[in-house]
Amino acid sequence: MDIFLQQIINGLTTGSVYAIVALGYTMVYGVIQLINFAHGEVVMIGAMVAFTVIMAIVGAGAPLPPIVIVLAGVLAAIPVCMTVGFLLERVAYRPLRHAPRLAPLITAIGMSIILQQLALLIWGRDPRAFPQIMENTSFSLGGAAISSVQIAIILMSIALMAVLTWFVYRTKFGIAMRATAENVSVAGLMGIDANRVIAGTFIIAAGLAAVAGVMYGTYYGIAHYTMGFILGLKAFSAAVLGGIGNLAGAMLGGILLGLVEALGTGYISEFTDLCKWPVVGAEGMLMERCAADGHVVLFGSNYQDVFAFLVLIMVLVFRPSGLLGERVSERA
Amino acid sequence: MASSSPEKGYALLEALNLEVHYGGIAAVKGVSFAVEEGELVCLIGANGAGKTSTLKALARMIPSSGEIHYRKERLDRQPSHLLIGKGMALVPEGRGIFARLTVAENLAMGAYHRNDKDGIAADLAHVYTLLPRLKERAEQVAGTLSGGEQQMLAIGRALMGRPQLLLLDEPSMGLAPLMVEKVFEVIRAVAAEGVTIFLVEQNARLALQTCSRGYVMESGRITLADTSDKLLADPRVRAAYLGE
Ligand SMILES: Nc1ncnc2c1ncn2[C@@H]1O[C@H](COP(=O)(O)OP(=O)(O)O)[C@@H](O)[C@H]1O
Ligand SMILES: [Mg+2]
Repeated sequence: MDIFLQQIINGLTTGSVYAIVALGYTMVYGVIQLINFAHGEVVMIGAMVAFTVIMAIVGAGAPLPPIVIVLAGVLAAIPVCMTVGFLLERVAYRPLRHAPRLAPLITAIGMSIILQQLALLIWGRDPRAFPQIMENTSFSLGGAAISSVQIAIILMSIALMAVLTWFVYRTKFGIAMRATAENVSVAGLMGIDANRVIAGTFIIAAGLAAVAGVMYGTYYGIAHYTMGFILGLKAFSAAVLGGIGNLAGAMLGGILLGLVEALGTGYISEFTDLCKWPVVGAEGMLMERCAADGHVVLFGSNYQDVFAFLVLIMVLVFRPSGLLGERVSERA
Repeated sequence: MASSSPEKGYALLEALNLEVHYGGIAAVKGVSFAVEEGELVCLIGANGAGKTSTLKALARMIPSSGEIHYRKERLDRQPSHLLIGKGMALVPEGRGIFARLTVAENLAMGAYHRNDKDGIAADLAHVYTLLPRLKERAEQVAGTLSGGEQQMLAIGRALMGRPQLLLLDEPSMGLAPLMVEKVFEVIRAVAAEGVTIFLVEQNARLALQTCSRGYVMESGRITLADTSDKLLADPRVRAAYLGE
C-alpha cells in the first residue's frame, strides 16, 4: 500500500470537513469579529440529530435506500442547527454586540459548554455508533484505497463550497454580507439591516455545520456529545491558517490542515522511531530493544490531534494574518 | 439666524436643539436648522466644529438628543437603515466606499432597499452617464480607484437609492483642486435634477459659491446663518474662513 497517497486521500476527506466547519468560523468572524467557539457544538448537534433520525428510520424497518435515510438525517439536522445558530446570536451574542470584545468571547465559550451539557442530557454520555447503513465500497486508486463515503464527503464539500461562493459573490444578500463585513455603519446607510445580515450569517454557518456533522459522523462511524470540541478547535485552526475572515482561506486552510494531519499521523511513528536515529548516550539500551521489537516509537499515530495545534501555533507565530488574510486590522 | 427660518413652508428636514455627546464631551451643543425642498444648503466650519457629528446624528449613526423632523416625520428614534427608504442618503466623511467590492457591487448596494428592477437599471444608466468613469471601472475593485473616483462612487452609490435629500460630508476632502472642481460640478448637476442637498464643507468659499445659503458652525454651535452672498461678504466669515 502506498502510505503517502493513502494519507493524501484521507487528508482530503477530513480536510474537506474541516473546510466546511472553518467556513462557519470565518463567516461569523468576518461580519462581527467574533470567534464563535460554540460553532463546534453546532456541528456535534448536527451529527446527533442526524444520528437520532437515521436510527429511528432504521429501527422502524422502513425499506428505504440507505442514501435516502442519510439524506433524511441531513435534512432534519439542518433546520435544527440553523435554529440553534440563530438563537445563539439572538440570545447570547447580540446583547453584547457593543460590549468589550472579551465579553462575547467568554460568552461563546460558555455557550459551547452549555450546548455540550444539553447534548449530554438529551443523548447521554455514551458514544453512539453511527449506523453503517451505507455500503462502503472501496476502490483502489494507484496503490491506495478510496471509499465511497470518502468520495461522497469530498464531492459534497466541493458542492457546498461552490454554492456558498456563488451565494456570497452573486446574490444581493451575499454582497450585503460582504458590505457589512467591511463597514457596518455605512452598510446601514445603504438600508442594510445589520441584524438581519448577522442573523443570516449565523444561520448559513449553522446549516454548513449540520452537513459537516453528518459527514464527520458517517466517516468515523461515531457521534459523541464532546466531539464538537476538538473538531471545532481544528476547524478554527484551519480558519486561522487560511486567514480568518477570508472565505477562500477557510477552504484552503481546511484542506491543508487535513493533509498536514493525515501525513503527520501517517509518518509520525516512522519519524520518531528511535531505532532509525543515532541516539547519543543510549545506544546500548536501544540496540537491545530494537533487536527485540524492531521499533522504539516515541510518538504514535495517537498523537493525531497534535498537528492542528502545531499548525495553529506556527501560523500565530510566523504569519498571524494567515495564508490569504490581509494584515490583521485593529478594529475594536 | 432667524432670517431663513423654516416657518415659510414645510421644511424637508428640520433639526431642533440637536445635541451630540461623546462620553461626557459635548460635540454638538443644541443646534437648530432647516432645509427646504429643492434647496442647496451648506454647513461650514473649522475642523472639529461638530459638522460630521451633526450629519451622523441626522443619519442616526450616533445617538443624539433633540428633534429631527423629515417630511413632518420624527426621525430621531429611527434606526439608520430605514432612512434611505424614506429618501434620505448620506455620503459619509472619507467616502465610506466598500473597498473590497467592485464598483458595480458598490452601486448595487446603494439600491439595496429597492426592488424595482427597471427603476434600478434606469438609475444605474443615469449614474453612469453622470459619472462615466464609474462605468469604465465597473468591474474593478473599488479600493483600487483614485480618491476622486472614490468620491464619485460614493455620490453615485447614494444616488442609486434615489434620494430626495442628499447629505454630503466634505466631498472635497483630500482631493486635488481639479478633482474638487469636478466633484462640485457633479453636486451642482445633482441639485439641478431636483435633489435637495445639505452640504458640509471646510472649503467655505467653494461651498458658499455653490449653495444658496449656509450655516456657520463653531465649537458645536451654529453662530451664523444667512444667504451665501451675505456670508461671503460678512467680515467675520471673511476673516475666519476665507483667509482674508
Ligand atoms: N467618535 C468620537 N469620540 C469622541 N470624540 C469625537 C468623536 N468623533 C468626533 N469627536 C469630537 O467631537 C468634535 C466634533 O467632531 P466632528 O463632528 O468630527 O467635527 P467636524 O466634522 O466639524 O470636523 C471634535 O472635538 C472631535 O474631536
Ligand atoms: Mg468632519
